[in-house]
Amino acid sequence: MIEVKDLHKAFGKVVAVAGASFAARDGEITGLLGPNGAGKTTTLRCLYTLMRPDRGSIRVDGIDAIADPVAVRHRLGVLPDARGLYKHLSARENIAYFGRLHGLDEATIKQRTDAAIATLDMHDIADRYAEGYSQGQRVKTAIARALIHDPRNVILDEPTNGLDVMATRAMRQFLLRLKGEGRCVLFSSHIMQEVAALCDRIVVIAKGRVVADDTPLALRERTGEPNLEDAFVKLIGSEEGLAA
Amino acid sequence: MKSTMVVFLKEVRENLRDRRTVINTLVTGPLMAPLIFVLLINTLVTRELDKAEKPLPLPVIGAEYAPNLVAALAQADVEIKPAPADPERAVREQDVDVVLRIPASFTQSWQNGEAAQVELIYDASQRDAGGTVARLRGMLDRYATRSGALRLLARGLSPSILKAVTVADRDQSTPQSRSGNLFSMLPYFFILGGFIGGMALAIDTTAGERERQSLEPLLANPVPRWQLLAGKLAATTAFAITTVLLSILAFAVVGHFLPTDKIGMSMELGPRFIACTLFVMLPLAGLLAGLQTMVAAFAKSYREAQTYLSLLMFVPVIPTMMLSLTPVKAQMWMYALPLMGQQVIITRLMRGDHVPDSGLALSFVCTALAALLVSIVTARIYRSEKLAISA
Repeated sequence: MIEVKDLHKAFGKVVAVAGASFAARDGEITGLLGPNGAGKTTTLRCLYTLMRPDRGSIRVDGIDAIADPVAVRHRLGVLPDARGLYKHLSARENIAYFGRLHGLDEATIKQRTDAAIATLDMHDIADRYAEGYSQGQRVKTAIARALIHDPRNVILDEPTNGLDVMATRAMRQFLLRLKGEGRCVLFSSHIMQEVAALCDRIVVIAKGRVVADDTPLALRERTGEPNLEDAFVKLIGSEEGLAA
Repeated sequence: MKSTMVVFLKEVRENLRDRRTVINTLVTGPLMAPLIFVLLINTLVTRELDKAEKPLPLPVIGAEYAPNLVAALAQADVEIKPAPADPERAVREQDVDVVLRIPASFTQSWQNGEAAQVELIYDASQRDAGGTVARLRGMLDRYATRSGALRLLARGLSPSILKAVTVADRDQSTPQSRSGNLFSMLPYFFILGGFIGGMALAIDTTAGERERQSLEPLLANPVPRWQLLAGKLAATTAFAITTVLLSILAFAVVGHFLPTDKIGMSMELGPRFIACTLFVMLPLAGLLAGLQTMVAAFAKSYREAQTYLSLLMFVPVIPTMMLSLTPVKAQMWMYALPLMGQQVIITRLMRGDHVPDSGLALSFVCTALAALLVSIVTARIYRSEKLAISA
């Protein structure tokens, strides 16, 4: 469970987030939808405590992210926009590194890594150095290491970015699986079809503000547009950033 | 503490797998300097020895005016040669080191018992010719003294009346201390070794990690940033001190192969030297690692970090230069200054001079404090939000 209230964040004079409030619930997939530059990444960075908001509150499973960032990071699995691996380590070693930083014992790390390798079908790269991985193989490894501590809450920044059709489908299946396990899944995207196909709730963000927070069905009804893309354009009030 | 260890082990393991880092740290860094040293010293020594033993070839103009002098020179292993057409030019062009000109007036002056003049034509800016000129001048002086003494004896006077004061040399230098001058660059090589050894890791663990986009995921782990930094600094320091150790060992081995004893010098890097040098270099390696990481954290990219660190590499030269230009007596405050302290201590150890324990301790503590201070400043930089963001 992730709750955001009145979040503000500015970089100098540039206001990235201006009073965003929303919640992402357990057992649901929540999509953070918005055009490029709407403040999605900054919002997520505040959530996983990389950045400190200027104002507002963030609670993860009831824990204040500003007061106790380390405890919050324990409860989050994060796939940031930056998903670089260590190229002289194998997938297994990349995953184990994060497991150790979470304080897990070696037996648990081994067992969970094996499970992740099976789930994400990464037998072919498990013991190969990360140098020369394809984009899809990199994302799989990054996801596996982000979830090594079995977090209740999962935050993903544009998870299908740069993936081909097959990898995108696999990613969607994986997100549904996380939801099925009762986790709180929050991901950002600017791709309509993806959000429509996956999300239980859509939070539409534009110019740092939440302009809508509802189910896909309710959004279509509210705007009177049968097509979600048109509904989205209506909500953000422009066609900017929809090229993708 | 456990997380710091995890980071340390991962950085060490990953960088040991990077061939370029390993070659730079464990091969090029420590071995380059001793190799250059061996080549340099070998050439120097061999050439000096060659010159001292070989007959000295000497073009002479007007040999017929001073047959006795020429005969004396020939006896002292000088190879008398016909003079070149233009002696001044031949010297300038380095065709010959020195030419002896005996003017026609020599015979007249000699017979009159006056001071007869000979000319040495040489170029003082030719470092190479210096030895030859000095050798020839010595022979001429000895001939002049001997002839003068004979003249005094012929007049019934003792030759010693010309020497109101005689000087006897009592040189207190030892073979080891004489070599100290020759090897005054050695401390700089050790410090440079530490610098080169840590450089790859300092860049890789900060600017490199950010550029490869792995810093942001790393910071999402539930570990305070200063603990991550501590692990990275420890790994950088470990590589730096390894390079220093290899460097010292390489010099210790190389010392045995240098023909230094032939020129009355010796380079003895024994166990005490190695132990003391490592002891004072350890906090310095930490300080350098901290400085390098701090600079790398400021830099926007890997390249930028490399540029800054290459400039930073010149900083350790400063105390070396200062001490070799104006050799001063070791004072207590010098031990307290990082870089300067190590420089003074290693130089003294090498010369076989005594280094007080208090000096060793002072250097260690002060440099360690400086390292701690730099680490704290770097940790503050690590707390900044911009650190992880590469774009």
